[in-house]
Amino acid sequence: MRGLIKAAVVFALAAGGFANFGPVNAGEDLPAGVTVVKAPAAKGGPLAEILSGWGSRSKSTQQLQQDDFENPGYLWVDKGETLWNTVDGKAGKSCATCHDDASVSMKGVGAAMPKWDAKLGRPMTLEQRVNACRTDNMEAKEWKWESDQMLSMTAYVKNQSRGMPVNVQADGPMEPWVKRGKELYYTRVGQLNMSCANCHEANYGKFIRADYLSQGQSNGFPTYRLKWQKVGSLHRRFKGCMKNIRAKPYKRGSDEFVAMEIYLAQRGKGLQVESPAVRN
Amino acid sequence: MKHAKKIVTVCGAVVMAWSAGIAIAGVTKPGDVKFDDTKVTAPLTNEAGDAAKGKLLFSNRKKGNCLACHVNKDLADKPFHGEIGPPLDGVASRYSASEMRGILINAKVALSDETIMPGFYMVNTGARVAKKFKGKTILSAQQIEDILAYLQTLKE
Repeated sequence: MRGLIKAAVVFALAAGGFANFGPVNAGEDLPAGVTVVKAPAAKGGPLAEILSGWGSRSKSTQQLQQDDFENPGYLWVDKGETLWNTVDGKAGKSCATCHDDASVSMKGVGAAMPKWDAKLGRPMTLEQRVNACRTDNMEAKEWKWESDQMLSMTAYVKNQSRGMPVNVQADGPMEPWVKRGKELYYTRVGQLNMSCANCHEANYGKFIRADYLSQGQSNGFPTYRLKWQKVGSLHRRFKGCMKNIRAKPYKRGSDEFVAMEIYLAQRGKGLQVESPAVRN
Repeated sequence: MKHAKKIVTVCGAVVMAWSAGIAIAGVTKPGDVKFDDTKVTAPLTNEAGDAAKGKLLFSNRKKGNCLACHVNKDLADKPFHGEIGPPLDGVASRYSASEMRGILINAKVALSDETIMPGFYMVNTGARVAKKFKGKTILSAQQIEDILAYLQTLKE
């Protein structure tokens, strides 16, 4: 059997490709709840077209995202729904106490994150917004960024925007944040001396060893990653990339990662929210 | 016990000397490498490159990991050849040893400032280098020569 696999691998190599891996971006094969995985890019932008990471994944991974019962990310969405209705903190409130039915009140909210907060004078990611609500209104403890509760809540809230276009504000007070995110995107870091753009702009659609490079779009986050065997945040993914190129990663929730999140969302305009996506 | 401590101290000093880049007899330090345009003519060490070792370094994910970006038919038994850089089949028929040494050491100088290819024997790399790798080269001087010896076997 092993010999057979080896022979198959050698054959695939000789044939110059790996038939069982992506790219599939036909357009007729779509994730559940989503109608666009490929969009025309804005003129003058760095990309010829905007591609969801969906198209970079193998058929078997895609199939998990085509059926919500098969999608393991829904375990977190379901937990998020429970948490939404659970009273926590000294004020005796749940999310539902103020926001009622999430399918109505949260529709479109996740698609527009990170969002400018005029009172705080800074943009807030969904995680930061959830925690601000918890401490200020519920008098409850903050959740850690990568905690099961936070991932469940953000997956649940983002899921209420599934199929809606990514709609982050990029002008006005957000402009310097977009600019900072762009700077970071093109800055070479780490011992391997690479920027995000080296892989995800100049080389997407190609294999780097066993990994098929995507455009690094953020519309599927929080996303279920087979490698993680769980849902994870976009900032966790950023850290992984930085570690791979032997750089010291920024912290989850740092201004740098928030700026990158804003820039990426802006860069991916035209795509729809897929959360929770399933990726390798 | 005291003796053991002494050995540890001596070993520590050797390791520190190594990581600080203090000259090792016959080895060119990363900062002393001389480029002649895109070429590096002089070998980095006195010891001739070992092609067999170089072949192992070529696919080792923690070392050269050249296979991550380059197809190489000579290693067809190993799965997952990358497609980022050009295939290296017959590379020795297209590039001289001095040219390839230059590319391995610092592709930003030897090829283009824009290249994605890391410099495998240089210390002034990107910002925010992780502590573990700070001030260190990806490969040692001898490993560069070993990989170069291997690449020279890849002829058309």
